[in-house]
This record gives sequence, C-alpha cells and structure tokens, in this order.
Amino acid sequence: MPREFTPKVITANALLEGDVVYLTADDRWSRSLTEAEMLTDEADAQYRLLQAQARSREIVGAYLADVRPGPDGPEPAHFREDFRRKGPSNRFHGKQADGLEKA
Amino acid sequence: MYQYNDFDATFLAERNRQFRAQVARRIDGSLTEDEFKPLRLMNGLYLQLHAYMLRVAVPYGSLDPAKMRQLAWLAERWDKGYGHFTTRTNIQYNWPKLHDIPDMLDALSEVGMHAIQTSGNTIRNVTSDHFAGAAADEIEDPRPVAEMIRQWSTDHPEFQFLPRKFKIAVIASEADRAVMKSHDIGIRIVERDGLRGYEIWVGGGMGRTPMVAKQLADFVPRAELLPYLEAILAVYNRLGRRDNKYKARVKITVHETGLDEIRDLVEAEFPHRRAAFSGVDQDWRDRIDAAFVTPSLTSRNTAPYQDARAANPVFAAWVDTNVTPHKHADHGIVTISLKAHGATPGDASADQMRVVADLAETYGHGDIRVSHAQNLVLPHVALADIPAVHAALRETGLATGNIGLASDIIACPGMDYCALATARSIPVAQGIANRLEELKIEHDVGQLQIKISGCINACGHHHVGHIGILGLDRAGVENYQITLGGDASESTAIGARTGPGFAYDEIVPAVERLILAYMDLREGSDETFLQAYTRLGMAPFKSALYDEKAHAHAAE
Repeated sequence: MPREFTPKVITANALLEGDVVYLTADDRWSRSLTEAEMLTDEADAQYRLLQAQARSREIVGAYLADVRPGPDGPEPAHFREDFRRKGPSNRFHGKQADGLEKA
Repeated sequence: MYQYNDFDATFLAERNRQFRAQVARRIDGSLTEDEFKPLRLMNGLYLQLHAYMLRVAVPYGSLDPAKMRQLAWLAERWDKGYGHFTTRTNIQYNWPKLHDIPDMLDALSEVGMHAIQTSGNTIRNVTSDHFAGAAADEIEDPRPVAEMIRQWSTDHPEFQFLPRKFKIAVIASEADRAVMKSHDIGIRIVERDGLRGYEIWVGGGMGRTPMVAKQLADFVPRAELLPYLEAILAVYNRLGRRDNKYKARVKITVHETGLDEIRDLVEAEFPHRRAAFSGVDQDWRDRIDAAFVTPSLTSRNTAPYQDARAANPVFAAWVDTNVTPHKHADHGIVTISLKAHGATPGDASADQMRVVADLAETYGHGDIRVSHAQNLVLPHVALADIPAVHAALRETGLATGNIGLASDIIACPGMDYCALATARSIPVAQGIANRLEELKIEHDVGQLQIKISGCINACGHHHVGHIGILGLDRAGVENYQITLGGDASESTAIGARTGPGFAYDEIVPAVERLILAYMDLREGSDETFLQAYTRLGMAPFKSALYDEKAHAHAAE
C-alpha cells in the first residue's frame, strides 16, 4: 500500500513585499491560508507546483506545505507554517497585524 | 572613525547603481530568481519567513552619531521603526520591500555604510573588541588592523567564491571580548622584543561541528599580515570541501588536513604572496591608523559620579554591571543593554538609536560600538557625565543594569524570522529574562551567560554559553537541548550536552532549576556558575534538570 498522501497547499513569498502567499484554486496568490487550494492528490499537487513555480515574476520559492483540513479551510500541519501564516511571536507585526490571520 | 575617501565613495556608488538596475530587472522579469539570488545576497538582501531582510555591515562594530542616526532613519522610513543588532555586530532590518532596497542602500552610502559581503561565501564583516581604544588591557587599538582587512577583503577577486563563508576577528589583549577563537581566523596583536606582530589562530567555529581555533603562527611581523592571511585563504580556497556544505568551513579543512600540514602549505604559499605586495598596504595602514586615535580626554573631577553612586542605589547597581574601567581612570566604558527584561535581545527602536547618537555626541566623543553580545557601547564617557547618561537612558528604556548577568542573553532571531531556524529563540530569551525579574535573583546569581540558537548553525553562540540552549524540531515539535560549561572568553570551551531536550513550555523552568541548583551548590557568592560547574561537573546539574522534573511529574 502506498503511504497516504498528506494534503498540501502551495505557498511562496511575494516577490515585491516578501509576504507569505498561498495559491488559490482560481490561480490567485492569497495572503490568507484559509483561501488556499487544498491539494489531496500527489500528481495534481506536483502539477500545480510546476505551474506556480513558473510565475516567477510574482513570487519566490514556491513549495508544497503540509496542511490539515479545518472548518474554515486548510490549517498548518507544522509549527513553521503556523508562524508563517501569523507573523513573529515577539512583535505584533506581519499578517496578525494586517488582519490577514484567520486562526 | 575611518572616513571614506573618494575611491571608497565611488566604488560604493557604482555598486549601488548596478544593484538598482539588477533589482529593476528582477521586477520586470528579465532576471529569474535563480539569477537574482546570488546578486541580492552579495548585497546583503535575504528572503526570510515573513519578508525580505537587509543585513547592513557595521565594520568591527564601530559607529558614529551620523551613522546611527541614518540607521534610525532607515528603520523609520523603510522598516517598522526598529532594527536588530546581531552577534556579528551588524544590524538587520526585518521588513523592507524589494523596490525600496536600492534607496536604502543609497541612504546608507551617504554615511559610508553598505551591505556588501554580509552574505555569501566571502570574507564577512570583520569583528573586534567592542572596548577597542578604551580598554585598559589592550596593547593597541585593534580596529586599524580590522579596517585594513576590511579594505583588503572587500571585493577581493580571489575570495568572492570561497568554499564557504569566512569570518575574521581581531583583538589586542589577553582578555578575549570578541570570541576570537570561534572564528575562521582569529588575530591577536602581540608584542615581542619591542616589536608588534600577530598571533594567528585558525579553524575555530560554531555550527554543527564546533571547534576552538588552533594557533597557526605565534608571531607574524606587522608588515606581513595581509600576505600571510592571503596565503591561508589561498590554501583554504584550494583544499576546502566544496563537495559538502557541512564540511566546507576551514575548521574542517584544518581538522582533516592537520594543523602542521596546513602550516607547511601556508608557509610554502607565503613567499609568492609576499612578493606580490608592493608595500602599499603599509602606506594604507598609516592613513588608517590616523583615523583611529583615542580622543584626547581631559581630566575631570569624579565627585559628581561618586556622589550619584552614594545617593542613588539604582544608579549604583547599574554602574556595577554596565560601566567598565577605562584606560583613563576618570572615564568609564558604558555598555547600554539592549536586553530589557522581556524585550527582544538586540532590538533597538529608531528613537532609542537617536538617543544613543545624541549621548555619544554630547558625552562620548562621537564614538558608539555594537558588541557581539547584542548591546551598544559608549567607550569614552567621563565618570562625571555618567549620571546624566544614565538619566537619559532611563527615559528611553535603555537603562537595564544587567550586563554579564543571566538576562543579558544572546539570542538569534530564530523561527520568528529566520528561514533556516528549526525553533524559536526570542520567546525563550524573553521567558527566561521575565522569570529572573519575577524572582529578583539575577544580581545574587552574578556572572552567567545564557546563549540561545534556533538551529544547529549556532548564530546565538550556544556552544560557548555557560548555559547554552539549542532549539530543534523533534518530530514536528519545538525541542530545546541544553549544554553546560561553554566559555566565550580567552579560555574558550565548547559546552557539553546535558541529555534529552525540553519542550517549549518546559525550557524556562528547566533553566530556572539549573540556576537555583547553582545557588545551592556554590561555595559562596564569589564562585560563579561556570566555576561551580567546573568544580562539580555535570552530575548535580543533570540531577536538577532531570530528577526534579521526574519528581514534579510524579507529584502531578
């Protein structure tokens, strides 16, 4: 049996601002993880990642991040992604301050 | 303070012009990220977790009021009103936007600053003793040597693509305040038979394979320093392990090749290098020396200082920790703590930077330093003026009296900012400092250095902390390993691991148990934590960490 595929989202940093962004199902880059397209099929995820990486005039460093389905959309499966969607814990800066965090 | 000449200014303007065009080409799509990344890193621009980060070089930690005010201006104009001073004595801006970077670099060039070689496999910012020019125990100011190395290494064509990054520190006293033996090359200025020369130490470093530097040469004559350094770099450039990033630092080259073999190779290379030096470096040296003259300090009555000490216990306590004797007895070296309890180690707001600039101008002969311990220093303040300096620092939240104490914690940015981090560092430092403040014990505890890194790369110097903390990702959870007995001074030592790590919510109580155990175990308040550890070994501290934890669990 192949191992079950952990759901993924595509995330990157915006080229101009450096902000954390997520790829949506309608091919926008959203600042909010809850709007991200959740990819549950490995081949589909790899294909979407290639598409995302081709958009190098908009973003930097696209990769697949593990998520869990939640009531309001994808939720981070790892603490690193949890920090990325909120901002630093020592100062109220980043997404948490911009009102973009949907915890 | 060294001032840029026309050559320096022209070089920098041209470099900034080039980078402005490179940024424009990245934004318009002419350059891919793969093409742009090495260019931005050459100019100190990183992309971190939440944003870009610009790392600005502060050569050998020396600033003047104009530079400090410009750093404050950058923080306000293009960042979020603060900057972060690092263990390499640089300053980092955590929130710049890509299209603003060329303007930031131009603004820096107005005061003779830049971000060149703050990244990449090059010779990085040269560090030195933050008390240089003021310390009673130095044989000369080590900064002219550091400046000469800066000029020689900046854009040196042979050393732009080394196997790995390369860090050099220069000191001029027995006491090591610059962690010299944890550098790729450490230089100590010494005197022999009435002549000045250099002890050369090589192969120190932290990271995943911490090593203490070994002495390569006990006396390199003054005129031969640059060709000797060039010979070392040339040998390393040839032998360094480009096949494996984790074995690419010179410490591994020295370890694998052997110190004697490296010395033979360097000495074989040296005559070729020596022959290529026309002596122009020594002409520079005279010009550089002239820029680093300790200000002429007039004798001042110290009575106001003595009176303030007697009258004001808060001032007296702050002086005890934050003022160091100056080579002129009626002056003092003032260390300004960037470690207020609960604050982020090394962060300073734009307002705070301006206050420090003003104080340096009014009372400090225009001299400011950044220390590797992430504090600021006013190296030349008349004792009579120190009460006024203290009062001004209090107004802006910079009068914390904790230098050398347990809350004077070095912490890397960790996973709150850094893309390489495996765990957070800053909140652990905040938690420990806040707990110490609640317990009101740190003055009783005395000298204790806690150093925290958020990954194995050890930017937080945890290997040489009396208590070192290393944050790791263990199966998707933050976990913190403790090391004990590290030493960042001239008796450099790498700490030893205590055992299994602690969870994020367990690490502050674990450090508290260590400190309380030390207070029980010490032979009087004169015995420091490190001395007690050296006398007793790991066992009682291990017991405090793990047996008490087991008791606590059993009681739940």
